[in-house]
Amino acid sequence: MSGMTLTINGQSKTIPDGSSLKDAVALLCKDPRLVIAELNGAIIEQTAWGASALNVHDRLELITFVGGG
Amino acid sequence: MNDTFKLGGREFKSRFLLGTGKFKNKAELKDSITASGAEIVTVALRRIDLDQHEENILTYIPKNVTLLTNTSGARTADEAVRIARLAQASGQGNWIKIEVINDSKYLLPDNEETVKATRILAAEGFTVLPYVTPDLYVARKLVDAGAAAVMPLGSFIGSNLGLRTREFIKVLIDEIDIPVIVDAGIGAPSHACEAMELGADAVLVNTAVAIAEKPAVLSKAFAQAVEAGRAGYLSGLPAQKNKGDASSPLTGFLFE
Repeated sequence: MSGMTLTINGQSKTIPDGSSLKDAVALLCKDPRLVIAELNGAIIEQTAWGASALNVHDRLELITFVGGG
Repeated sequence: MNDTFKLGGREFKSRFLLGTGKFKNKAELKDSITASGAEIVTVALRRIDLDQHEENILTYIPKNVTLLTNTSGARTADEAVRIARLAQASGQGNWIKIEVINDSKYLLPDNEETVKATRILAAEGFTVLPYVTPDLYVARKLVDAGAAAVMPLGSFIGSNLGLRTREFIKVLIDEIDIPVIVDAGIGAPSHACEAMELGADAVLVNTAVAIAEKPAVLSKAFAQAVEAGRAGYLSGLPAQKNKGDASSPLTGFLFE
């Protein structure tokens, strides 16, 4: 079985081997333009997503705006 | 009357800020923003729910409205700073409302951690609006730390109790030179009007509008109340007296 397991938003998720951050966002998120990504504690600007390879055991946070006071 | 609201190096017509949390649906949120003419709204940052594909809230906020991202969820200055940097990475601006709360009962802000976060973020070029319990020493430290305004609470978040901290808000209005934006606990247009009559520069309301039966009706009422209160303040409100002072002439009576 191909695929790598990493932690995304606190949950264990398996995504295709060799996925970049850009691939993962396209796969998992409805609107990539409004997504903020933090990989292993570092914020990754959208322009660098394509060049950011994901690895097993990575901790990825995919964040966006919600209503708040 | 030229009474522009200057904040963070920009100018606004409206002194009514609207929070976007707790609305029953996003259409009511959009209508409330439009009906009130609010030019600044608060939003929060959270993990995307990967199992649901909801429409993003930004879709419902008009493009010309300024986003003020809060650091809700932060329990320390460091957590607030992390949230602010994430918000900035979105490309949606760097206006941040610092909200550092480590108390789930009263939701009172940690003034000390808020000052710390303000200092760090202001130095990084953020426009920082810190939410605090009104305290003169804290407010002075916030000015020194580079805050663009101070946001003293009127009463507990979501309580609709109004200006329970009225006298302490007045201290900040009188002694602090940066804008004072009353936030939290404003539950009725009269509360907003009262804050503006005291001399506040603006008010922020969220819960009262979001959970009202008719949010857009109430948000418009709030905006009107803010205008009325501001005009009252600028008009030079007469002092209160503890005895009577006749309104009609005391001479020329018809009866001896």
